[in-house]
Amino acid sequence: MKIAVCVKVVPDGQLRLDPQSKRLDRSGEGTLNAFDVNAVEEALKLKEAGSDVEEVVIVSLGPERGLEAMRKALAMGADRVVLVSDEAAAGSDLVATSRVLAAALEREGAELVLFGQQAGDSDGAVLWAAVADRLQRPLISQVAELTRQNGNVRGKRQTEYGYDLLEAPLPAVIAVSDAINEPRYPSLKGIMGAKKKPQETLSLGDLGVDADEAGEAGSQTEVYALGDPPARGDTVKIEDDGSAAEKIVQFLREKKAL
Amino acid sequence: MKFLVFLEHHEGALQKDSLGVLSKAASLGGEVEAVLLGAGVEELAADAGRYGAARVHVMDDPLLAAPLPQPRVDALETLLGEQSFDAVLFAASVLSADVAAGLAARLGAGLNWDLTDLAVEDGRLVGKRPELGDSVYADVGWTSEPRLALIRSGTFEPAESGGSAEVETFESRLQDFSLAATMIEQAHSESEGPSIEDAEIVVAGGRGLGSPENFALVEELAKALGGAVAATRAVVDAGWYPYAAQVGQTGKTVSPKLYIACGISGAIQHKVGMQGSSVIVAINKDTNAPIFEYADFGVVGDLHEVVPKLTELVKQRKAA
Repeated sequence: MKIAVCVKVVPDGQLRLDPQSKRLDRSGEGTLNAFDVNAVEEALKLKEAGSDVEEVVIVSLGPERGLEAMRKALAMGADRVVLVSDEAAAGSDLVATSRVLAAALEREGAELVLFGQQAGDSDGAVLWAAVADRLQRPLISQVAELTRQNGNVRGKRQTEYGYDLLEAPLPAVIAVSDAINEPRYPSLKGIMGAKKKPQETLSLGDLGVDADEAGEAGSQTEVYALGDPPARGDTVKIEDDGSAAEKIVQFLREKKAL
Repeated sequence: MKFLVFLEHHEGALQKDSLGVLSKAASLGGEVEAVLLGAGVEELAADAGRYGAARVHVMDDPLLAAPLPQPRVDALETLLGEQSFDAVLFAASVLSADVAAGLAARLGAGLNWDLTDLAVEDGRLVGKRPELGDSVYADVGWTSEPRLALIRSGTFEPAESGGSAEVETFESRLQDFSLAATMIEQAHSESEGPSIEDAEIVVAGGRGLGSPENFALVEELAKALGGAVAATRAVVDAGWYPYAAQVGQTGKTVSPKLYIACGISGAIQHKVGMQGSSVIVAINKDTNAPIFEYADFGVVGDLHEVVPKLTELVKQRKAA
């Protein structure tokens, strides 16, 4: 069995929007989206637990310099990276991104596709459902506990009403929650070995996706304007110098909340 | 503008957020219809009428009994193939987010999520979306129909308009792959112990506590204040605290007079469950934690130091 983990490289540090394009500024350093690290960890755990998992492949869409951040997944133990990188894919929304990713996943033919809980930059938590629909595969999202059962996958997940237990046959798409595991830290050996692992870069053409089906041209949403959030009351932030507890009590007395 | 609102329901009642979105759509003018998918749900359609739906499209099918997203995508595709709508609105939930995104891929339609308002400006629908930890508000739109929108949970309050809805049933073929995932055990609402929703003071713990044992710090402070204990989704999922105490998008929504957040970073999923609190105090060691953006009083520090001291001071005041 082959497992594909879909990851995103997000800007490192403080996020800002580019006022011209109204898109997220991705010009600085990138880092592997923290929520995707849980998905990588889960894939590696499955590989370590079952002899039938031959390979864990990392799949992503984004600028080529994201490869460096994606090496963290290789350092953790993933086997290779497939990055779809194409100028024409910049600014892809959900419809366009899912189209490109689904094409890359079709090419890989992985029996199990894993996603992390959300993108740390856009707070988007929907991509898996769009990809599952394009791949015509069963989906289980928000999985906090993943097990394999007679060739099927079982996921325990939290909803607004408590915990559901769902089961799906393979091939399937699973999105995991960040509570599913504690990701490992890459070992020094892993870090040293990561650079030598296969890292393939694909264009839209390699996947048979037309340029006008991706990027802004292939998207169905747009941003009209950016503005300030509604005004809020004053907020106070202090560093604890040993007297924070007293200051909280004083504040609560002023607010008559004590 | 012709709206279709996706109605979510649980244990024989329409979900409050769905009714809120329905009321909002009704307030924007135009035609408002709703869609109700499930097994044995037809009688719920009347409730939708009272909140502004002129017509409710119902697909009642045992195959829709479990709240799974994929067969719902099939049903919506069928309905939208027969009738045209300018926009399809969803109140965000674990289920509806997956339905909306699946439908977006199926139809090649644009989806904007996490919207906290909707307006019709110059004849076009505009969504308001907070970004970057709610520090920027974007006006977002769609370049084609139907426009798909997920509304952040807790955004719109249901408002009864006293109308009644015409019920129209429809049928749809469901795809094999849509029926491949099955529900083994379905969650049901838990009713245990005093509810955190009624407490005037709530002390909440998150992953910053470091270990389940440290919840004792939160419990002692809550006890000293005469308040209730709450927890974040992350620590509930990790098994540190029961689900009944969870505040946030997939938990309870609370609005106490005082909310003290200990070791909680304050991601948006948590914020939507407690932003209605009158006074918010946060203690967290990470100065960049989003919770400091909306806490009335924030302390950057070690909660293991600050919380026990605070508990002591509160006890002293109560004793005095």
